[in-house]
Order: sequence, then C-alpha cells, then structure tokens
Amino acid sequence: MSLPPYAQLLGVAVEERDDAPPLIVMPFGDDVLGRPGFLHGGAIAGLLEIAAIAALRHALAGDGGGRIKPIGVTIDFMRGGREKPTQAQGKVTRLGTRVANVDAVAWQDDPARPIARAQMNYLVVRD
Amino acid sequence: MSGFDIRRFTARGFGGHIGRLGLTFHDSGPDWVALALPYAEDQIGDPATSVIASGPIVTMMDTATSLAVWVRLGRFVPQATLDLRVDYLRPAVPGRTVIGRGECVKLTRSVAFVRGIAHDGDADDPLAQVAGTFMLMDSWS
Repeated sequence: MSLPPYAQLLGVAVEERDDAPPLIVMPFGDDVLGRPGFLHGGAIAGLLEIAAIAALRHALAGDGGGRIKPIGVTIDFMRGGREKPTQAQGKVTRLGTRVANVDAVAWQDDPARPIARAQMNYLVVRD
Repeated sequence: MSGFDIRRFTARGFGGHIGRLGLTFHDSGPDWVALALPYAEDQIGDPATSVIASGPIVTMMDTATSLAVWVRLGRFVPQATLDLRVDYLRPAVPGRTVIGRGECVKLTRSVAFVRGIAHDGDADDPLAQVAGTFMLMDSWS
C-alpha cells in the first residue's frame, strides 16, 4: 500500500495483515506532539483516518474496487496519547454501492484500552 | 476584556504538531479564534488531485476551537477534547491557505461546547464544518 505525503509527515508505517485490515503504527515524536508529553488530538485523528482509509481500500480491493471521498468523521478521545508508539486499525462495518461506514480505533499498550476511536462515512465511486 | 491574551499566547508561534503543520494565528473575537493553514505539499492526502488530507483540517479545528474556549473563559484552564465531529463539505482547493474559525458556544462547569468552519477564501463557501466538546480539567467558576 502506498502512503500519501501526509502519512509520511505523521511518520506512520503500515503492517499488512492476511485477511484483515492493515495495522497502522505511528511513532511518538515532536512532529505529532500536543501539550508536553502527549500526542496532539489532531495527529491521533489523522492516524485514525489513515487506518480507516486503509481498511476501506482493503475491503474495496476484494469487492470490485472504486474511489473514495470522505463525507464526515466523529472522533471520541478516551485517553491521552503518551510518549510511545500508537497503533490503529480500521474496520469496515458496511460497504454499500455508494456509501461505506468505517470504524477505527487507536491504542498504545493494550487494544482493550483505546485512546481514541472514530466513525467515518465515505462516498464510494465504483469503477 | 478577556484575561487570556490570544495574541500574546500565539506571538511566538506554535511548536509540536501544530507548528509542524505551519498553523499560525489569523484573527480572534470575544468567543472565537481563527487560524491559518498554508498549503503544503507534504500534507497532501491524495496525490492524484494534490488535495491536502483531512487530518490537518481536524488538527486546525481542534486547536482553533480549544483556543476559543480559553478566549471566552478569559483564562487558561487545562482541557481535553472529548469528541469532535467534522463534515467534509468539499475538498480544499490545492494551493490555497485554509482558514479555520473556531467558536465557543457554551461553557458549563466542566464542559465546553464548540463549533466552527473551515474555508479557503470565502467564508460563505466553507469546506468543512465541525462541532465538538472539551472537558475542562479543573473547576473555573
């Protein structure tokens, strides 16, 4: 999977998974820092959106392909992001002919203790 | 007169992620703050169109709305974003600076309610609208 410049700005890496959406990993660093010692919420949101798009592309690849356009996102921030790597994974909850609903979750140590989650809706333009 | 001086607070620019994106102070009022996000090729989300990613817009609106909370409150209080909703009304035009205007609509003892828009030159033709809430970390009344 090729990453756009913004994903490189965040410093994320993609770990492809067999039969599952890719895992996206973002290292901690000054470029994603918010208040001292914590990730900026916007960087977490960017990571979640990259994970959601990766999951949707993964699902579309097995379903005829298509281009996607973001409609909207709702992000819940549950815990501060500390000075350590953050992982995120998306999950396509519905892939229709025109609209896709995607959830994404971000965590640091334990997937059961997420630091943030996002619900995203995308317009799908079928090839 | 607000006891939180937004111009002084932002005079030296931003560090961290906000600084990395090149966000700068643009304008402010009694309960709102506007920031500017200059176009940058390293923020492109779709290389086929050169349109910037949505992430920098979220960062700008999260920051502008949280600054608006301090402006309306009149002082600095630690706060954390509880939730943020962003509707992407249209893509930003490549090459244009995006302006993000965040407004604090309501303050309670522990929660601040915010909203805002982002545009790239014409405020009547916004590219995103947002609504969100912040938790205020200590009592301020």
